Amino acid sequence: MSWALVFEQLLNGLQYGVMLFLMAAGLTLVFGIMNLVNLAHGSLYMVGAYLAAAATQWTGNYLLGVALGLAGTLVVGMAVEVIALRTLYERDHLDQVLATFGLILFFNELIAIVWGRAPLYSSLPPWLQGHIKLFAGSTYPVYRAAVIVVGLLVAALLWYVVTRTRLGMLIRAGASNRTMVGALGVNIKLLYTVVFGCGAALAGLAGLMAGPIYAVQPGMGELILIQVFVVIVIGGIGSIRGALVGAIIVGVVDTLGRAFLKPLLGTMIPPTAAEAAGPALASMLIYLLMAVVLAVKPAGLFANR
Amino acid sequence: MRARLILWGIAGLLLVALPPLATALGQPYYVDLVRRILILAIAAISLNLILGYGGLVSFGHAAYLGIGAYAVGILGFHGIANGWIHLLVAIGASALVAAAIGAVSIRTSGIYFIMITLAFTQMLYYLGISLDVYGGDDGMRLRSRSQFAGLVDLRDPVAFYYVALGVMLLFVFLTYRIVNSRFGMALRAAKSNEARSRAIGFPPYPYRLAAFIIAGAMCGVAGALYANHTGYITPGLMAWHQSGEMMFMVILGGMASTAGPVLGTFALLLIEEVLKGWTEHWQVILGPLLVLSVVFFRRGLAGIFFKPDA
Repeated sequence: MSWALVFEQLLNGLQYGVMLFLMAAGLTLVFGIMNLVNLAHGSLYMVGAYLAAAATQWTGNYLLGVALGLAGTLVVGMAVEVIALRTLYERDHLDQVLATFGLILFFNELIAIVWGRAPLYSSLPPWLQGHIKLFAGSTYPVYRAAVIVVGLLVAALLWYVVTRTRLGMLIRAGASNRTMVGALGVNIKLLYTVVFGCGAALAGLAGLMAGPIYAVQPGMGELILIQVFVVIVIGGIGSIRGALVGAIIVGVVDTLGRAFLKPLLGTMIPPTAAEAAGPALASMLIYLLMAVVLAVKPAGLFANR
Repeated sequence: MRARLILWGIAGLLLVALPPLATALGQPYYVDLVRRILILAIAAISLNLILGYGGLVSFGHAAYLGIGAYAVGILGFHGIANGWIHLLVAIGASALVAAAIGAVSIRTSGIYFIMITLAFTQMLYYLGISLDVYGGDDGMRLRSRSQFAGLVDLRDPVAFYYVALGVMLLFVFLTYRIVNSRFGMALRAAKSNEARSRAIGFPPYPYRLAAFIIAGAMCGVAGALYANHTGYITPGLMAWHQSGEMMFMVILGGMASTAGPVLGTFALLLIEEVLKGWTEHWQVILGPLLVLSVVFFRRGLAGIFFKPDA
């Protein structure tokens, strides 16, 4: 196990972490402001991946496809908010979970009707293929590096919007006292729809960036959604900073675990046992991490409510 | 109260009379279908104990269905076919896992509890996938059904049907007794007002944890029966769709009513059956139906027919 390999896996972990962050940021914003648990957030991730793949094929231009995919997910997100979720803000979390569970079934099946159940493979333009040189002759795929850069840029942008703009001020105000914000003459309904749409677009961005790396197929959103839950539980719900830290921790731990746990166990216990226990333990690692964090800090690392 | 008893009487008679009727009509498929519903109703009854009466929104109850099923499958794989041992291990393992998950997750509440129970069940799901010896992702065929020497043969579909019906009725009765015991009252008190319950000397944690363990163990029995029903175990039993469906069974039927989950299970699975007959893409209809039921149909089926118990 060389250091170059460890470094590469660390980068992979970071790359997965920023994608988890894009998902977690939207979910935690929507929860923080509207007090809404949205299981269908993973469906928006899937919608983003499919729309971008379809638009790229249709226009023949990758960037145009990405733009259309993002815009499409934004519109789908806002439509879902207006049609289905608006009535659920005053309900308890149980009702929200159940209704958004219904939405997941709907979206998965709708996608299967339109595009079929077989995984979709999207191609990258030439300038995103290939590798960049790192130190000591090791290389890293351009595309994954681009995902990391985009993810960190979006995190910075999000920080700027939330702390430095009028919209961000309304978002923070809405999170701490909704009734008061409404009483001060802010169109709270519109604010909710805009925030939900932005959260959807972030999920869509994560989805369309995931497309070329993982398989694009119905149900792809659920796998990442549950890991996003782990991120949010670790980071503390409603906190964007917590989402960022939690996402990177989970991304790195999960990736390193899958890459190195088996060989590492192999040095301690017989190889056949390591062969069996390694993958099992690796896939359970982040959940165990979550249990430990909860045992120490039941409200997460950056709880603000 | 009288109308209620009569309704239940008719429903019970129908369930008892179903196998001979279906056989006479040459439709043995219905015995199979209703048996599956009865077994899942047992799971829903157990979930109702914590969700309906305890107010614990567990989004991971499928875990115990899976553990019960895997107990039967794994023991059978190693040549142990004795049904009583199967049941004992299914109950014990489910209770143990429920104790571990409950001990961590009941410390939290609200949305955290939902996410954590979901995450832990997902963990078990991945564990099931990585168990290559027991079929991994594809699952595994049972070597043999659980054997209850001389008592009943589960390979006989009708006999198995009556076993499922009997266990379900037993669990309805058990839940009724638990909920109306001193323990059940403490559990319900903690749901309706945690602060007051604490103030009068009933800290919710131990009651909730105990209920969580009991519910897990009950669901383990359902899992053991389910494995015998399908003759097949797969990690898919622990998938989160299963947990979500179980919550819907409870909610559709009406939370916190003893037999509500049974009604809900029948309603959900029969609707699914009808939709599956219409189209391959039945979920595209079921999804919006479920959303509508949450928005407009708040008290569940039991709310239409009866006054809620609690």
